[in-house]
Amino acid sequence: MSTASAPGYRPGRTLPLRVEAARQLRRRRTLVVGGVLAVLPFVLIAAFAVGGRSGGRDDRISLMDTATASGVNFAATALFVSAGFLLVVPVALFCGDTVASEASWSSLRYLLAAPVPRTRLLASKLTVALAFSAAAMLLLPLVALAAGAAAYGWGPLQLPTGGTLPAGTAVARLAAVVAYVFVGQLVTAALAFWLSTVTDAPLGAVGGAMGLTILGNVLDAVTALGHWRDLLPAHWQYAWVDVLQPHAEWGGMVRGAAVSVAYALVLFALAFRHFRAKDVVS
Amino acid sequence: MKLRPPRRRRTRLAAAAAALAVLAGAGTWTVAAAGGDPPVRREDRFLAAAGDGVRLDTSFFTAGDAGRRRPAVLLAHGFGGSKDDLRSRAEDLARDGYAVLTWSARGFGKSGGRIGLNDPDREIADVGRLLDWLATRPEVRLDGEGDPRVGIAGASYGGAAALLAAGHDKRVDAVAPSITYWNLADSLFPDGVFKKLWSGIFFTSGASGPSKARCGRFAPDLCAMYERVATAGRPDADARALLERRSPSAVADRIKVPALLVQGQGDSLFPLTESDRAARAIRRNGAPVAVDWIAGGHDSGSKEEDGRVADRTRTWFDRYLKGDKSTGTGPAFRISRTGGLDSAEGRQRLRGASGDRYPGLRNDPRTIPLAGREQRFGNPAGGAPPSVSAVPGLGAAARLSGLGLGLALDFPGQYARFDSARLTEGVRVTGTPVARVEVASDSGEATLFAKVYDVGPDGKEQLPGQLVAPLHVTGARDGRTVEVRLPAIDHTFEAGHRMRLVLSATDLGYASPAAPAAYTVSLAGGGLSVPTAPDVTTGSAGLPWWAWGLPAAGAAAAAALLLTGRRRTATPAPDPALADVPLQISGLTKRYAKSHDRYAVRDLSFRVERGQVLGLLGPNGAGKTTTLRMLMGLIRPDGGEVRVFGHAIRPGAPVLSRVGAFVEGAGFLPHLSGRANLDLYWRATGRPAGDAHVAEALEIAGLGSALDRAVRTYSQGMRQRLAIAQAMLGLPDLLILDEPTNGLDPPQIREMREVMIRYAAGGRTVIVSSHLLAEVEQSCTHLVVMDRGRLVTAGPVADITGSGDTLLVGVAGGVGDALAEKVAGLPGVASAVRADEGLLVRLGGLTTPELLGELVRLEIPVTSVGPHRRLEDAFLTLIGGTP
Repeated sequence: MSTASAPGYRPGRTLPLRVEAARQLRRRRTLVVGGVLAVLPFVLIAAFAVGGRSGGRDDRISLMDTATASGVNFAATALFVSAGFLLVVPVALFCGDTVASEASWSSLRYLLAAPVPRTRLLASKLTVALAFSAAAMLLLPLVALAAGAAAYGWGPLQLPTGGTLPAGTAVARLAAVVAYVFVGQLVTAALAFWLSTVTDAPLGAVGGAMGLTILGNVLDAVTALGHWRDLLPAHWQYAWVDVLQPHAEWGGMVRGAAVSVAYALVLFALAFRHFRAKDVVS
Repeated sequence: MKLRPPRRRRTRLAAAAAALAVLAGAGTWTVAAAGGDPPVRREDRFLAAAGDGVRLDTSFFTAGDAGRRRPAVLLAHGFGGSKDDLRSRAEDLARDGYAVLTWSARGFGKSGGRIGLNDPDREIADVGRLLDWLATRPEVRLDGEGDPRVGIAGASYGGAAALLAAGHDKRVDAVAPSITYWNLADSLFPDGVFKKLWSGIFFTSGASGPSKARCGRFAPDLCAMYERVATAGRPDADARALLERRSPSAVADRIKVPALLVQGQGDSLFPLTESDRAARAIRRNGAPVAVDWIAGGHDSGSKEEDGRVADRTRTWFDRYLKGDKSTGTGPAFRISRTGGLDSAEGRQRLRGASGDRYPGLRNDPRTIPLAGREQRFGNPAGGAPPSVSAVPGLGAAARLSGLGLGLALDFPGQYARFDSARLTEGVRVTGTPVARVEVASDSGEATLFAKVYDVGPDGKEQLPGQLVAPLHVTGARDGRTVEVRLPAIDHTFEAGHRMRLVLSATDLGYASPAAPAAYTVSLAGGGLSVPTAPDVTTGSAGLPWWAWGLPAAGAAAAAALLLTGRRRTATPAPDPALADVPLQISGLTKRYAKSHDRYAVRDLSFRVERGQVLGLLGPNGAGKTTTLRMLMGLIRPDGGEVRVFGHAIRPGAPVLSRVGAFVEGAGFLPHLSGRANLDLYWRATGRPAGDAHVAEALEIAGLGSALDRAVRTYSQGMRQRLAIAQAMLGLPDLLILDEPTNGLDPPQIREMREVMIRYAAGGRTVIVSSHLLAEVEQSCTHLVVMDRGRLVTAGPVADITGSGDTLLVGVAGGVGDALAEKVAGLPGVASAVRADEGLLVRLGGLTTPELLGELVRLEIPVTSVGPHRRLEDAFLTLIGGTP
């Protein structure tokens, strides 16, 4: 009876990722987000079917004009319309809600008393939340690619600026785009996650992260800020369109990723620092 | 050249110039720069030009210590500009420690005189005057008497002035010309074809002035030459001679100073061949040369490269004027290669490619076979409609070509084309492609415009740089084989693309014969010989330092955040003496958040032994839950410690795995069923599934079929029971239950009591907190009474409540001493004492019914008999309530 812990207990084995994923997977918000992202491409296809071809093909250059050229085009368009806001929601939701909702359900204290070491708990939760976010971001283009290929055929990517990219190259580029969008959203994830450890109100964490994203967009629109805008993550959120051209340009994405990762590292560290010393009273 | 004054005379002239220097309009300004840069002094004055009484408008810039002698830099403006264009660049250079002189060339700005197109006797001699004047300035470092240490930089017209001055005046020590000509005749009349659009722009932009109508401020001989050539549509020998005399090529063997040659890749006015010839000539003279091909040029501007070119020019002068050998002058050859569009900056990204030698335009050629039969096409009468390639002013088109958006147009029946096969691998062409073709013309002469398109897999044509090379073929009535030297480019033809050689009869930018003609063109073998420069390697994209620095800084900040702020209290070693003690609390203290003197728990100490059912009793707010939270490692005590089985409790202490807890209500995932909740909770502990004893826990919960419903549908009591079951999972050695009977109905409460007693009977320990006396009294073996954060009393229930055999007997009409004595005298009664509410009887053998029988027998009017709660008395007294 003098053992340090119960038989079979090992701190490193607590709250395995599979368990945390199972805890989160069947939540209604997870299913709703998945459903919305899976349905959106079909809504877009319906919209294009109802609206017919865009009339302003010669006036303006945009991805919208070539959306129905091929499945790859459609996937790129779906990404374009959703990257600014729609894809931010799942990230903020999954990362912002993960700790705060446990606190609001009071289940957090039972996990901590199990005991799941605090750092381990955060690491597991963060990994699962990021994995869910990544899955959400993959889901949309994958469904769009499949649905688009079915609706518009499999073909090369018609660039809005003219020219084409072979389908294989284009899919590889889109994969890079999704990866970039994910990395670009790390800052949102980190902010939401940090807020999640600070507040017991899940909506506060999610809303706070969304609010800061919106604030970033607003500030980025203030051109008077000049190069200071380079330090705004929002400034780089569309840097990925630079790969949808004959000469893929990665510079903007590298800088955007640098900004996002830098902020994210600090915010993640803040989350861990705050949580490990926190008095859990919820 | 005889017009260059001999040295002795120059010093005299210098003195004269200095005397003439201060003319009307001279003045001095000090420009205080923002951001703490040293202020720049600017002196504006008119200086006498060479000879003819013309006055030149100049500005002289210095910064810092006026007494220090420093190298001088002359900045020359472009055609149509004036000294004002160069002010900010001059200020920058002044801050970098140079004495900078800018001037408006004659015919421009406020300077007098007429445009002589860098006439050695006029504009270039003027530069000599400026050098004379510089030599008189105390700020300027001298190489000898009247010989300032000086470099000249300029773009286009000013660049040619720099090269010419270096050729004509030995005092010039370094030059940095950009996008300029080596031979103006070759630039305006390439291969004898009149470059009419650019020439027109060139001449008319110089013609804005007092006599705008025709020649403007042009010197009459130049004006006449232009009008003659433009009217004829073809140059003549006199025109060529006139321009060649004014070209740096005329002094090719005398330019012996370090030269940084910057040329534009999108420049149909002064193409890359100009800097190529300059580089070869100057290198032949033994001077260091660096060649820099920038993006853009006259067609499209080169604003985005201005900063880099200015920097490179400065380092060039640092090295060759200041003599700072530690300064790198950059690679011998550099190309700005355009990447894709960077949407964040709204422009195309450039990345530098460099090599440590300038490879020239015909380096390492490889031959791409071309196919195509002999083709006949016509020159349209009047030369219209023309093919379109570069269009000055629409120059952005040249940049768009990199995006596949270039505007290039050939009219059917007016060109011949020869395609390569699809390339199996990409080829980067750097330099001048060359092809051999046989040309026949029914007029005997042919003017053709050669270009190489990059044809994508979808058939879309792209013209690299939007450049064409004109060629004029004579004596071709019976066919003649000519070598076609195509425009110098730096362009990658990707795998799967084709190269397409097109020879067109017309081009918008050039004069072509008005007379109709029929041409026949066929390949003369050899395919297209394309030069490559494999040694020129593209560097990584020009990322700002922070692209790598920021994540590194972020990581460092993150590491600092994680490594600091940790409470560096070592976890105390386990105490073996306490290994069998489920709980020992000593001196435990916790203040309320943000408070120094309000305590939730203060100096609490007690101990729980195995097999006990300990009741933690106290009113609401006594600190019970806070204590239990500290026990579970959820909150940190401000003082004292909690030891469970000898191990000090820290957040996440492993020993907590031997503790099961139900504190302050249930905590479940509402969307999952009760069963899934228990299952996932147990799996979250990471312990073997077999150790969970789920069945026993579920039996306690007693939820039946509700177990498979989502927890959100549960009632308060159901959640409570499920939470207690969760606490019992794995049958922990120490079970903590906080107000376990809240929300339970009486049978369930009774059941719960039995569960606790049974649980402890197995050698385990239970701690149950409550604010209800009755509850703990009936199930606990030991008690800890708390109030306002402090321990009130602790000990076995019996010690606190007494032996449990004291009864309070209510008597109608009050109790007198006699009555008490009578009762005390009964056999089997240990004592009987009068109390306020009645008679306190401690039994000494009698049972309660027997006592009741005795009392009735004594005819005492008994109204009530009940256990006397000494605990309640003690409790209420101790916590300050008055009983």
